[in-house]
Amino acid sequence: MTDTASLLRFATAGSVDDGKSTLVGRLLHDSKSVLSDQLAAVEAASRNRGQQTPDLALLTDGLRAEREQGITIDVAYRYFATPRRRFILADTPGHVQYTRNMVTGASTADLAVVLVDARNGVVEQTRRHAAVAALLRVPHVVLAVNKMDLVGYAERVFADITGEFGAYAASLRIPHVTAIPISALAGDNVVTPSAHMDWYGGPTVLEHLETVPVDHGPATGPARFPVQYVIRPQTAEHPDYRGYAGRLAAGVLRVGEPVTVLPAGRTSTVAGIDALGTTVDEARAPQSVTVTLADDLDISRGDVLVPAGEGPLPTQDITATVCHLHDRPLTPGARVLLKHTTRTVKAIVKEIPSRLTLNDLSPHPAPGELAANDIGRVVLRTSEPLPLDPYAVSRTTGSFLLIDPADGSTLTAGMAGDAFAAPAADGAGAPGTPADHEGWDF
Amino acid sequence: MSVGESYALTHLDVLESESVHIFREVAGEFERPVILFSGGKDSIVMLHLALKAFAPAPVPFTLLHVDTGHNFPEVLDYRDRIVAQHGLRLHIASVQEFIDRGELRERADGTRNPLQTVPLLHAIRAHRFDAVFGGGRRDEEKARAKERVFSLRDEFGGWDPRRQRPELWQLYNGRHAPGEHVRVFPLSNWTELDVWQYIGREKIEIPAIYYAHEREVFARSGMWLAPGHWGGPRDGERTERRRVRYRTVGDMSCTGAVESDAETIEQVIAEIAASRLTERGATRADDKLSEAAMEDRKREGYF
Repeated sequence: MTDTASLLRFATAGSVDDGKSTLVGRLLHDSKSVLSDQLAAVEAASRNRGQQTPDLALLTDGLRAEREQGITIDVAYRYFATPRRRFILADTPGHVQYTRNMVTGASTADLAVVLVDARNGVVEQTRRHAAVAALLRVPHVVLAVNKMDLVGYAERVFADITGEFGAYAASLRIPHVTAIPISALAGDNVVTPSAHMDWYGGPTVLEHLETVPVDHGPATGPARFPVQYVIRPQTAEHPDYRGYAGRLAAGVLRVGEPVTVLPAGRTSTVAGIDALGTTVDEARAPQSVTVTLADDLDISRGDVLVPAGEGPLPTQDITATVCHLHDRPLTPGARVLLKHTTRTVKAIVKEIPSRLTLNDLSPHPAPGELAANDIGRVVLRTSEPLPLDPYAVSRTTGSFLLIDPADGSTLTAGMAGDAFAAPAADGAGAPGTPADHEGWDF
Repeated sequence: MSVGESYALTHLDVLESESVHIFREVAGEFERPVILFSGGKDSIVMLHLALKAFAPAPVPFTLLHVDTGHNFPEVLDYRDRIVAQHGLRLHIASVQEFIDRGELRERADGTRNPLQTVPLLHAIRAHRFDAVFGGGRRDEEKARAKERVFSLRDEFGGWDPRRQRPELWQLYNGRHAPGEHVRVFPLSNWTELDVWQYIGREKIEIPAIYYAHEREVFARSGMWLAPGHWGGPRDGERTERRRVRYRTVGDMSCTGAVESDAETIEQVIAEIAASRLTERGATRADDKLSEAAMEDRKREGYF
């Protein structure tokens, strides 16, 4: 493998009985990503439990409590590689606290694998996983129809499930769905093509993961450069150097380009870009760089550089979709901290207009509070104006955290703007939802 | 670098950019950060990333080495040379001093790796460090696969996997109460191969023991250990000269050498890419103490 391989981040979603651990174990095992000492450990642990064959699911049980009690604690990250690509897998457990975990795993994923048991088809859980993937705007979704061996590898079963899921995904405006019939236990279509399903001409799961296009940071659209840190060496060699260090959240930044500093609104020109030791003419998301400007402006951590005239209007009133993560509920009137890119400000929860029922996407008006794992709409007022983009435009400059000022706990994950992708121009709405050019509001 | 139609960031570019972002977040939000630096390859890569993140200014962090007293002399030489070269400040927390003062007792098995926790936590308290960078990678070990990039530790330095903060997008929450601190793992998403490829790409100098050399070793528990005042070889163990190198360096009592002919970074990368053993499986005895050895140590405050 060369160091020019690309990187794909993906997340798995599925309840325990869907065979998610087996799929992950099979993917790691058959792609030869499990090394012999790891396999030996799994074989020994399986023997200790009286199992005849190595339980591949044990590859993903990391903690003492997980192995002893069969419970799963939050997301684990796993790493594997093929000659074509390197992978970071957010392995999200399928237990009862699924929403919080899947939201966490999906927040950085380029692709989500939604697992379905071929015997059960699309169930409430499937709809929930698809809705979370749509909400978090994961660019690619794979529908893995598992346990095909238990339905006689029947094409008809696969076609029915694919049809039903496809219609639901379309209503969520998920852009790309790839459906693959698999048996994780038997290894059909996970890494090697199945000998039992001649009727399927598509890729295996691994082949699809290796070839799906990855966009590491939206290089299209106007640049967003949140300033993290001001570099001022004040040395004999660099007496007047003042560089703005940060990571491009979106777009391309070019030397000579006029830029505006948000939220204050002052304007200057990019004088130079240092890409970690190399002077460059332009940088693109998600590069970490240091930028110098032509004018000496008052810029500090938390400011955002944008191309002049192409920034969002900074606002103190935010309407967002949130997933509540903490066991203490979120209530109207709560005073919180809000972290958006590199800026943390005070905020108050003004209203909680609705809570989303994920399985049928129906809104529950005025729920009074959001409990752990709830997804809902929230209206916030911040102490300072923030240059937020809609989450639909940028997963980096459209996302934020709510933090408890008393103990620092991470309370809530927020996505600014409309919840799901806006309807197509023809105004076709989703079932049970009025057609609406503004997108869905629940 | 010009940006053309075919322009794409490599996986190393993406990992580098992400790690630099983490260093800068800590610099922006914490008062007294410190980098754990042992002279091993992961901490070398960490320091290299920190140097790039703040150039042309110096790294705004001090370094801390938790010295077991059983280090490879080549690695200590390297450590001191690098610290001087970059004008950095190095604190040393010495396991030997704790033993000499009677505050720690030597273990029956002679390994000092688990003993590092006490001097580490003492140094964190004494210097009031609020952010401690560690070179831990999630691919190393199954308990580390569950670790956050920003990992809150209580006033005892302990890690509680059930009480971790969810970590979404690249929004890291470094809030902590007085007495608590945050462990930060900028290499979380790197694998062993990524580290070696990056060392190769950036032409980073590393201690010579990472390359194949003739060395006196003796066999114990399926590993080639180097003799030394730490307590080897014992009766019945016989040293011999072998051509070896190290995949990881740590306490001499539990860090094994692998037989190898890899003399260049390219040969090391090829060897790692073809290896059927994990880094820890090949060379670390401390994780074999029990199935949950790493988890148990981390709960007590280990890195």
